[in-house]
Amino acid sequence: MSLAVLADAALVLLVLGLALWINAASRAFPAVVGYVAFGLLLALAWLRLSAGDVAMTEAAVGSGVTGAVLIAASVRLRAAETEAPPLAAAPPALPLRLLALLLSGLVTAALAGLVLWTTGPAPSLADQAVQHLPGLGMGNAVTGVLIAYRALDTLLEKVVLLLALMGIWSLAKDRYWGGIPGPSRIQPTNGALILLARLLPPIGIVVAVYILWVGAAEPGGAFQGGAILAAMWLLVMLAGLRDAPAISRPWVRLCVTVGPAAFIAVGLTGFALPNGFLSYPDSIAKPLIIAVESVLTLSIAVILGLLVAGPPEQEP
Amino acid sequence: MMLVGNIATVVLVSLGAVFFLAGTVGLLRFPDSMTRLHALTKADNLGLGLVVLGLLPQVDSVPGALKLVAVWVLTQLAGATVTQLVARAVWRGGGRS
Repeated sequence: MSLAVLADAALVLLVLGLALWINAASRAFPAVVGYVAFGLLLALAWLRLSAGDVAMTEAAVGSGVTGAVLIAASVRLRAAETEAPPLAAAPPALPLRLLALLLSGLVTAALAGLVLWTTGPAPSLADQAVQHLPGLGMGNAVTGVLIAYRALDTLLEKVVLLLALMGIWSLAKDRYWGGIPGPSRIQPTNGALILLARLLPPIGIVVAVYILWVGAAEPGGAFQGGAILAAMWLLVMLAGLRDAPAISRPWVRLCVTVGPAAFIAVGLTGFALPNGFLSYPDSIAKPLIIAVESVLTLSIAVILGLLVAGPPEQEP
Repeated sequence: MMLVGNIATVVLVSLGAVFFLAGTVGLLRFPDSMTRLHALTKADNLGLGLVVLGLLPQVDSVPGALKLVAVWVLTQLAGATVTQLVARAVWRGGGRS
């Protein structure tokens, strides 16, 4: 027991130390690399809290996909950084920094106080939530909550992803609109990366489908599976085996929208059959949920891949 | 039989930890990027291999054991590729960093 506490304390110190280091980093690229490692450490921390679903999402989306977006951004910013280091250009005045330190310290202290000095068990709806899960055919409480009780949140998350993608696409210059994202990478130079890009995707696709399927009963689900699919796609693009598709292609638009659309369609049928928006009829709840999750996985994978690929930079 | 398995686990995982420690020391102490990569890959390869080998007696199902081995194989694949990429980047940048 005390050994576990020791390991947890080391993990906490590592997370905090790395966070400080990232903030102190003078250039963007090392900070981003630190951020990716930070995400993986956080995933470990979530695992120690027995939150496997959150850990997987943190590792796949928080660390992996967001890390890829940030690395791409820091590479783009590198030229500007060497000309005039923006981070060192105008540091905030000392009183402002002290104020920020004081305020964030207060928030931390208040949170710590709430956790450490409350008596009795924390109020929880977990029991009530788990009671009704068999009706949905879900063994994994997290998936059940995400897709049934908090279905509206989950739906809006997907819509937010879609909005983010539109935001990135809207950065394209007019003549490139509808074109191919990013600079062309088709240049067969790196044998090692090409080998990985040919070996890994078949394995990755199987793992992604498995994680989607097992999400009903154990940690996993649409977001984690979709992130793995997106990673496989990005690997193929990075190795230069395939370019990203032009964003005007009908299948791209279809893949990007079909997930949220299916979710909304199932939600609307909730008015006709059971008793309201986003409620599932008991008899076919599980097949319906799995169908929605499968389509969502496809959409998430394509959206995440295109988010990393960036705005169109080649003519269609 | 349980005892043999437990002893094997302790010995193999400890050996793996030694390799990780050596790899980390090498990463911190070696003079340039190429030798640091060399130290790191030894830890990835042998260290993780020994840890996985040591954990196998503790797994109670064949699929579980296969998953552990798959973790090692995939780490090998990714590690070898990333090492190649980093080494090439260092080489193009003048061999030293």
